[in-house]
Amino acid sequence: MSLDVVSIRRQFPILDREVRPGIKVVYLDSTATSQKPEPVIEAMNEYYRRFNANIHRGVHTLAEEATAAYELAREKIAKFINAPAAREIIYTRNTTESINLVAYTWARANLKAGDLVILTEMEHHSNLVPWHILAAERGIRLEFIPVTNDGLLDLDVYRSLLSQDPKLVSFTHMSNVLGTITPAAEIIKLAHEAGAITVVDGAQSVPHLKVDVQKLDADFLAFSAHKMCGPTGIGALYGKADLLEAMPPFMGGGDMIKEVKLRSFRPNSIPAKFEAGTPAIAESVGFGAAVDFLTSIGMENVAAHEHEITEYALERLEEIPGVKVFGPSADKKGGVASFTFDGVHPHDVAQILDRDGIAVRAGHHCAQPLHEKFGIPATTRASFYLYSTKDEVDKLVEGIYKVKKVFG
Amino acid sequence: MDDLYREVIIEHYKNPSYRGHLDPHDISFADNNPLCGDHIQIDLRVDKDGKVTDARFDGHGCAISQASADLLIESIIGKSVEDVKKLGKQDILDMLGIDLGPVRLKCALLSLKVLKAGVYGLGEASDSLVE
Repeated sequence: MSLDVVSIRRQFPILDREVRPGIKVVYLDSTATSQKPEPVIEAMNEYYRRFNANIHRGVHTLAEEATAAYELAREKIAKFINAPAAREIIYTRNTTESINLVAYTWARANLKAGDLVILTEMEHHSNLVPWHILAAERGIRLEFIPVTNDGLLDLDVYRSLLSQDPKLVSFTHMSNVLGTITPAAEIIKLAHEAGAITVVDGAQSVPHLKVDVQKLDADFLAFSAHKMCGPTGIGALYGKADLLEAMPPFMGGGDMIKEVKLRSFRPNSIPAKFEAGTPAIAESVGFGAAVDFLTSIGMENVAAHEHEITEYALERLEEIPGVKVFGPSADKKGGVASFTFDGVHPHDVAQILDRDGIAVRAGHHCAQPLHEKFGIPATTRASFYLYSTKDEVDKLVEGIYKVKKVFG
Repeated sequence: MDDLYREVIIEHYKNPSYRGHLDPHDISFADNNPLCGDHIQIDLRVDKDGKVTDARFDGHGCAISQASADLLIESIIGKSVEDVKKLGKQDILDMLGIDLGPVRLKCALLSLKVLKAGVYGLGEASDSLVE
């Protein structure tokens, strides 16, 4: 049940890196992007060394191999989230593009002035700004499920919002700041009862939890490869086939068409309809390898390990005078600890920790409204993944005591 | 690296001499660093000869941004607006006595950006002001 972290760490070459002589990196920034294991790096190298070619339509061997690899990765990704069919996985650049795809296609085809879209106060900017843009363009109405003081969603308010005939509910499955794991299945069920479509921002949940789109009954799920041991530059949008089929195309260009005339076109079937132009082929291969890697370890094991580290980290951080950790208790959150430290700006905390090779993030983590809600301009965020250790948490805590010393 | 938190920076951060507002003032401007939400507002009094007779800053942010604001304000009181317009990145680094990477440089230069946007009467504090 418990992970063999030593052997897992050995597969991540970067974790051995000294950021300056004698000081190894202590990587506590996986919520921003995860590190990449050898099999993922190798799979992408192998692609470029052996079968790099543009996909589809090519009849030569390399093109066939590249196409097969690109589509095989799609199947692996579908299986990873238990999507009924691989064609329900659309490759995008990242979670942000996946959400924008829904906003630019489904929403523009289905929403009109006055229609209600429900979001939450703990959203990343990527699940706020696409809807702001649409609100300015179309006059749709935005309402927000409030965040309680202990970092949970206020479902009573949600229930009352649902009585206002919402068309869409778009929400995070795991907050990138508070770590809160939201009750996605319940939120979706209530949304469906009210006749609304749902978009789940899975950027943080898919890398860290077993996410099953059929169990959730999610209409759309957006996630990124780079936060789940895969490369940057590729992400995915899962969508129910009937929804995807009814949606207008996103970007126009090669591959997304069935037929083009001088003055018109007919769109391709899904998933190609949403994948205009040469996609990130090497990255899709890396994405598939990342999914294989996580599957071989088991997402239940990943989640259990992160829970253990998070519980320990919260306990150790809270014992430091002046440190305040935001978000719910360890049993309700993923591997994220965002905190403030009295009298010291998060940038300075992060900078001093960097002296000891400790990589954390400082700022509003693309969730400015959430920080405003808690009345703080920024936080320092330490985040954990399957390769994180208690020893690294100890180094973080020691580092914070050094910050205290510098600032007196 | 250890120089980053030199005593002078910590001192100006914790006990700034020029934090506050001027009312009335001749020039006032404020802006944020969108990356981290640091905020600086600067108020100036300028006499008829174009000399800065008094100045204050307010805002919130990291030690680097707040200390450089305090040092900057200290340095411009008594100077002519024309001289203020000539200030650049290197002047701030000289005041701080440190060298900075690209991310923290933005923190250090925020106050200068705000100051120059103010004296030029611009609507927006652009990076090109502090190159």
